Amino acid sequence: MVPLLESEIVDKGGYLSKEEFVDIMAVSQASPGVFAINMASHIGNKLHGVKGGVVCSIGAALPSIVIILLIAMFFQAFKGNVYVEKFFRGIRPAVVALIAAPCFSLAKSAKLTKQTLWIPVVSCVLIAFLGVSPIWIILVAAVSGFVYGRLKK
Amino acid sequence: MLFLKIFLTFSKIGIFNFGGGYAMISLLQNEIVKKNHWLTNAEFTDIVAISQSTPGPIGINSATYTGYTVAINEGYPEWAAILSAVLASLSVLWLPFLVMLYISRFLIKHSDSKNVHNVFAGIRPVIVGLIAAAAIQLMTAENFSSPGESWFAFLTSIIIFCFAFVGVRLYKVNPILLLVICGLAGLAIY
Repeated sequence: MVPLLESEIVDKGGYLSKEEFVDIMAVSQASPGVFAINMASHIGNKLHGVKGGVVCSIGAALPSIVIILLIAMFFQAFKGNVYVEKFFRGIRPAVVALIAAPCFSLAKSAKLTKQTLWIPVVSCVLIAFLGVSPIWIILVAAVSGFVYGRLKK
Repeated sequence: MLFLKIFLTFSKIGIFNFGGGYAMISLLQNEIVKKNHWLTNAEFTDIVAISQSTPGPIGINSATYTGYTVAINEGYPEWAAILSAVLASLSVLWLPFLVMLYISRFLIKHSDSKNVHNVFAGIRPVIVGLIAAAAIQLMTAENFSSPGESWFAFLTSIIIFCFAFVGVRLYKVNPILLLVICGLAGLAIY
């Protein structure tokens, strides 16, 4: 996504300088929401104000909305089809593996140590086995990070 | 009522989505499957598979798919279901959009980067837990079958899981290719 955006916005379009692009990328990553849409709304806003932001974010979301809508309709029509069902029976365990795999690479990039390893473990147990909403986990983590950072200096 | 609920739920998903697509899976599953029972675990897993294989972000994809499917399941006509899909997708977007506008106006120049950094230092470790929880919660009989139901299907699922895990982790196989291979295996085996 990022290389595509960069070539369209910076290289081809010349709408933004490389530095502005990198700044926007940092802000988009730090904000809630879908990264690609954040990029789009921010770039649009920079170019043409609020209207530009609205147009760009809808433009970035529209293709996926249309594609998935068609797929959802297709699935509704082929609901219970034996071959579709068999295909997805094969796929489902693989999807779970695809979700589990990035845990390990993310653990590395989050620089977990022996002292901090309990944090993901406890969050995981709270969500998966005790039914706590991930929203609470995120809120508590954000506030703790903020407070800890303040106290440390 | 359904539409209001869709709007509120997906707005919530949008604003609490930190840390990328995989982190969002836990949030989505909690709201869509566990709380509202709009989709089964198997249907939800299928959406993740579809999102992996189409270019769009999973946040938008699952909103669109859920919006449409729920409305159909609840007996609404086709046009209302399409509307519901669009509503769900836009609900994910609007709050983060306002945040982005605010940030771009006030924060980008004299940015409060120390505090933002601290907040993310807090969030990053729990994201790992969130993703692990999503994976664990999808290890259900719906997705893997069970020894009681069919030993053959259960073991096949475990083998597919291990194959896919090793493929992605160690050999960096393209996820779409991997899903197609496993789907074809499903067609051949079952």
